[in-house]
Amino acid sequence: MATEVATVELEERAKRAESRRGVLIGAPAFLYLILFFALPLLIVLVYSFASRSSTGATILGNWNLNSWIRVFDSQVAQIAWRSLWLASLTTVFCLVFGYPFAYWIATRSDRARGVLLILVMIPFWSNFLVRTYAIRFLMGVEGPVSIVSQALGGEPIRILFTNTAILIGMVYGYIPFMILPLYAALERMDWRLVEAARDLYAPGWTAFKKVTFPLSMPGVVAGSVLVFIPSLGAYVIPAILGGSNTVLLGDYIVSQFLSARNWPFGSALSTAVMIVMLAATIFYFRRGGRTL
Amino acid sequence: MAGGPAVELVNVTKRFGDVSAVDEVNLSVGDGEFFSLLGPSGCGKTTTLRLIAGFEYPTYGSLTIHGAEMGLLPPNERPVNTVFQSYALFPHMSVEDNVAFGLQMKKVASAEISERVGRVLDQVQLRHRATSRPSQLSGGQRQRIALARALVNEPEVLLLDEPLGALDLKLRQSMQVELKDLQARVGITFIYVTHDQEEALTMSDRIGVMDNGRLLQVGEPASIYEHPTSRFVAGFIGDINLIEAKVAGPDEVQLSSGRSLSISTRMAPGSSVTLALRPERLELYDPDEAIPDNHIRLPGKVSRKLYYGDAFYYDVEVGLEHPVEVKEENRPGVETYELGDQAVVCWDPSSTNVVKD
Repeated sequence: MATEVATVELEERAKRAESRRGVLIGAPAFLYLILFFALPLLIVLVYSFASRSSTGATILGNWNLNSWIRVFDSQVAQIAWRSLWLASLTTVFCLVFGYPFAYWIATRSDRARGVLLILVMIPFWSNFLVRTYAIRFLMGVEGPVSIVSQALGGEPIRILFTNTAILIGMVYGYIPFMILPLYAALERMDWRLVEAARDLYAPGWTAFKKVTFPLSMPGVVAGSVLVFIPSLGAYVIPAILGGSNTVLLGDYIVSQFLSARNWPFGSALSTAVMIVMLAATIFYFRRGGRTL
Repeated sequence: MAGGPAVELVNVTKRFGDVSAVDEVNLSVGDGEFFSLLGPSGCGKTTTLRLIAGFEYPTYGSLTIHGAEMGLLPPNERPVNTVFQSYALFPHMSVEDNVAFGLQMKKVASAEISERVGRVLDQVQLRHRATSRPSQLSGGQRQRIALARALVNEPEVLLLDEPLGALDLKLRQSMQVELKDLQARVGITFIYVTHDQEEALTMSDRIGVMDNGRLLQVGEPASIYEHPTSRFVAGFIGDINLIEAKVAGPDEVQLSSGRSLSISTRMAPGSSVTLALRPERLELYDPDEAIPDNHIRLPGKVSRKLYYGDAFYYDVEVGLEHPVEVKEENRPGVETYELGDQAVVCWDPSSTNVVKD
């Protein structure tokens, strides 16, 4: 009897030690996230209910819903709509360009795959800001693209500071986030299923539509979310490539903090965008999850 | 259907780099035949099947189905269907949709599709699982759905790639019988790839044994088992004693022990041959017992005795490199031997196979 009791006690102690180790391992990241992620978010949320003095200083008191009411303003709706539209276009273009490329990588030999994946990731090694300025230079009226166009007898290219420029910049900036999850999904693909479809009289394209694409849905969903979310909140790319002509959600929120000095409204807007994105993400992943 | 055999391969060769996975294979499979390709893994049997299905194209050689040259036709334009080793059921579709896939691709009217799908699901006794996902089925059920998905298209030839390989022994044995019955019923030509000799022997009308990309011997199960023509075929199928010998005369061979046996080889004196002897065709006699006159005999000493329930396996030391293995049935009246007993290994001359190396 005594030995049995001892055994139970040992098992309990092992379990407790195990869970203590788990806490220790997770603790650094956990503390970091609380301090620099959860706490700031909480502050933003609190500020969205604060009021504002005539000089633009934020008064933590006299709590109200004024900023939240302004979120549903028609001007905001217009900006939000434009941002949504650009983010959707960016996602679609990334998918259209990224899918064939990811497919191509996934069907190469092991060695070629490694090289190609590194090539996809090379842009991450240089500064995002620098790369965006490089694109600005490329697209300028006196940039190389325009010069080539004129040398071939065409018009100078005037796309900088337009929605097109922002779109080109965002597709360039975010396409790796589409390619990598797509690659991961396609790399895991059981190609025998595609053979089975071909064996059951499906021509190549039909086999793709009926088998390959549906089975790569988790990658499509993950890639789309990873592209759509930063596109919707993008600030740097629109600021550099869009000039002052196009106001998007990112610029608008920044301007509330830096120039308009309306921190409560900026906070409310940030929180609203976050809630919408979170809801969209959950919905999207649920749907993506169901396809498998 | 045009004329000609169901499937005919002429000099079909498939090279991957320097390796010939399939090497100059010539084969003709008749209508309604259950033909097995048997061999160890990597022997080229699966590649041969994939060539017929159209997943690979031969480096050279001609492949015809009912007389029609397949050439570079893609798999979807060939009148064959495949049952994959891993079943390859579409995980994102229901059982029903899996089975209907081929008919939908062939643009069969939807009323006919549902009727045929229902019928084939009845045949494999899985109609009640029509709306399940493949992941909800057991291994045996998946196997039957894979079969149904191929059969519903009524292909001219059904290709099966080790379809029972993933099942446990009992299920495999019952599926062997089921598959054989099914084939007899639907009358479709089956080309069945397996590394399991028992499976090939019990199910096939004919067997082709492959090794190293070459088709070594084609014949009915009994002829493959009883009369192997090569050392590889003899050794691959069933238990066998392989004994090296030299031809000593028109009706005589000499063993390495110096003992001469009267066996006719129709080969020039001095050439090396291998004698292939099935353990169950050998008998043990006491040295002082009367042995039938024409029997070939090798006296020796029992060095090992294994009890198998239905039989005893004896190893008999006869002065050669390896002992000779003898299988004696465990029946009343069959004398048993103990370790160290003197015994004579005997067999009827017709049970001797002389094979090439």
